[in-house]
Amino acid sequence: MTAGAGTEEPLLRVRGLKVHFPIKRGIVFDRTVGHVRAVDGVDLDIDRGSTYGLVGESGCGKSTLGRAILRLEEPTAGEVVFDGTDVASLKGEPLRQMRQRMQMVFQDPLGSLDPRQNVESLLSEPLHAHGLGGGKAGIAEKVRTLLDAVGLPAAALRRYPHEFSGGQRQRIGIARAVALEPDLLIADEPVSALDVSVQAQVLNLLEELQERLGLTYLVIAHDLAVVRHISDVVGVMYLGSLVEQAPADDLYEQPLHPYTRSLMSAVPVPDPVVEETRERILLAGDLPSPADPPSGCRFHTRCPWRQPTRCDDEVPLLRELAPGRLVSCHWAEEIRDGALLPKSAEEVAASMGASVRATGSGRIETDALVQGVDQPIERR
Amino acid sequence: MSAAGPLSGAPVLEVEELAVTFSRKGEAPVRAVDGVSFDVAPGETIGLVGESGCGKSVTSLAVMGLLPKRGVSVTGSVRFNGQELVGAGDSMLRRLRGADMAMVFQDPLSSLNPTVPIGTQVTEVLLEHREMDRKEASREAVVLLDKVGIPDPVRRLKEYPHQLSGGMRQRALIAMSLACSPRLLIADEPTTALDVTIQAQILELLKELVVDTGTALVMITHDLGVVAGLCDRVHVMYAGKIIESAERHELFARPRQPYTGGLLASVPRLDASRGTPLRPIRGSARDAIPWTQGCAFAPRCDNAQDDCLTEVSGEIVPLEYDGPGRELRCRHPLEYPQAPPGATALGAAR
Repeated sequence: MTAGAGTEEPLLRVRGLKVHFPIKRGIVFDRTVGHVRAVDGVDLDIDRGSTYGLVGESGCGKSTLGRAILRLEEPTAGEVVFDGTDVASLKGEPLRQMRQRMQMVFQDPLGSLDPRQNVESLLSEPLHAHGLGGGKAGIAEKVRTLLDAVGLPAAALRRYPHEFSGGQRQRIGIARAVALEPDLLIADEPVSALDVSVQAQVLNLLEELQERLGLTYLVIAHDLAVVRHISDVVGVMYLGSLVEQAPADDLYEQPLHPYTRSLMSAVPVPDPVVEETRERILLAGDLPSPADPPSGCRFHTRCPWRQPTRCDDEVPLLRELAPGRLVSCHWAEEIRDGALLPKSAEEVAASMGASVRATGSGRIETDALVQGVDQPIERR
Repeated sequence: MSAAGPLSGAPVLEVEELAVTFSRKGEAPVRAVDGVSFDVAPGETIGLVGESGCGKSVTSLAVMGLLPKRGVSVTGSVRFNGQELVGAGDSMLRRLRGADMAMVFQDPLSSLNPTVPIGTQVTEVLLEHREMDRKEASREAVVLLDKVGIPDPVRRLKEYPHQLSGGMRQRALIAMSLACSPRLLIADEPTTALDVTIQAQILELLKELVVDTGTALVMITHDLGVVAGLCDRVHVMYAGKIIESAERHELFARPRQPYTGGLLASVPRLDASRGTPLRPIRGSARDAIPWTQGCAFAPRCDNAQDDCLTEVSGEIVPLEYDGPGRELRCRHPLEYPQAPPGATALGAAR
């Protein structure tokens, strides 16, 4: 299914994964009045040694998906098969054993490190917990190797998290996650809390560790440029489901789903020449509530390519348009071939019967349209 | 889509040798901003760029006179329409703020009062500065909310901040700051808390404003991408000082300060080919303040030589003229022998 999968079984296979959170009302009796469909039927495969990047805006369910894979969140339905074992049905000790092989790096390095533990204790705790490392001397040795691997000096051992800068803290978090020599590392926004000059250091560290330890990554991030940089395969989420999945280069070369297109056109590029000439698709309005998602295609309320038929009432399936390229849009072929042209944000809003208007002056969008929409970032 | 070319005319805001020092009993005073000078003309957008802790937000607060009096000393000069603001009285500042100069903050939820409906908060400015009565003010508020693209403004006016999405709140804040058509708008990381698609909407709104009303905009951000699309002139700050200023095309095509070059090389780009390695800057900016000698960036800089280092040079490296429209604080800047190399104009190299 995934590009370049070969014959080997993927390390992680997720099928029909759903995580619904109940919405409770009432003071005496908790009535469930509805569900927030944070993750609503996601299928994905991650090959051994590869990096899968998951992007989407806040509230699209990407973090919940990552947590559900590790069973930090109970899945409502679906299966998570890790190396042949269904994690979703594991309990107790087998689950604990399994977690040794799947670790997580969190977004906020200060919040995820115990302020009262020094680095030595932080890094040796997972080894103790899983009875690894071979006694006191073995663990001490192992901790030193870990520090070295993430580029921290041995003097850091006796220090506490608050004594480090953000980038160094994230290094500690990464060292802790790789301490157990996991197979899969899930990194949830690993660099979004860091300054740009430090971001690059941490991204390079992640790549270096992957090469050295043969890790498989699931990187969850809102920053498309970061995901593009690090991933082999990228999945784009919108309102709880995957709308597009493709090898990183193909996705950025030619995004197929209208949402991916508008997302990419919205990312600022640090180059004034590119900024002035590229296509820009402004979306109308905000993300709809995941408690009450739109019918049919979930993106139809904001989609510049929305058509009068199918989009409103028929749920598009994730289908394979080209080898390795999955997209859930009824009109993906027509949009790709330029047979359908996008409407401006104002028109989308008007057709939805609301006055949600994007604020761009008409001139800007029409410029983009005249230029043609085949190249996402194009110089005139 | 071209941002408004700077209109002719006297600058709205002139900042000269601004310095802000925080002092605390029993601790050495911290000079967070030191010797910052820039000006903004009507219809011009300038960017103050830097990483966290470089003093960009303190600069904006000092300009607005919003820093607490206790333990803070502000020196230098901030002139708004020729009027000196440093040391000016509270009543005068209060008359200017909200009317002639306005500010949009990063976090829209904490800059709105959670217990007061949006409408009341927007009309408050109108009642205070434009001497409208309540009826006129609420009619005007509807117009303002509509102008910034809030759907169904009449209903929204009665709602509380928590009922609005992040993008809506930021729009409401912008509506408030525009209520009196200010001549100067300072936006401190206005889109950092927002998703990219909403960020694009807000940036488009700001661009349009500058073109339509001739407001002078000071954009404070850490995001070089935002600067590239929006600002006419860019000032890069490091450890409380401006280390490089240039017109935006110049700056991105030929960064001269190794720090600016390093920032550009360390940002993953959406349009770069995959596998382009990131070249991070070593270390972190954390211990650069105070900047008392030489160049504060020297310990992280690949170009640094002996005369950059603190011990040797003694005096602070000055901000000097570096070609038309450019200023630079560096002894060993990046050189561009001939035409701009393809490496920096990545759009072409791709």
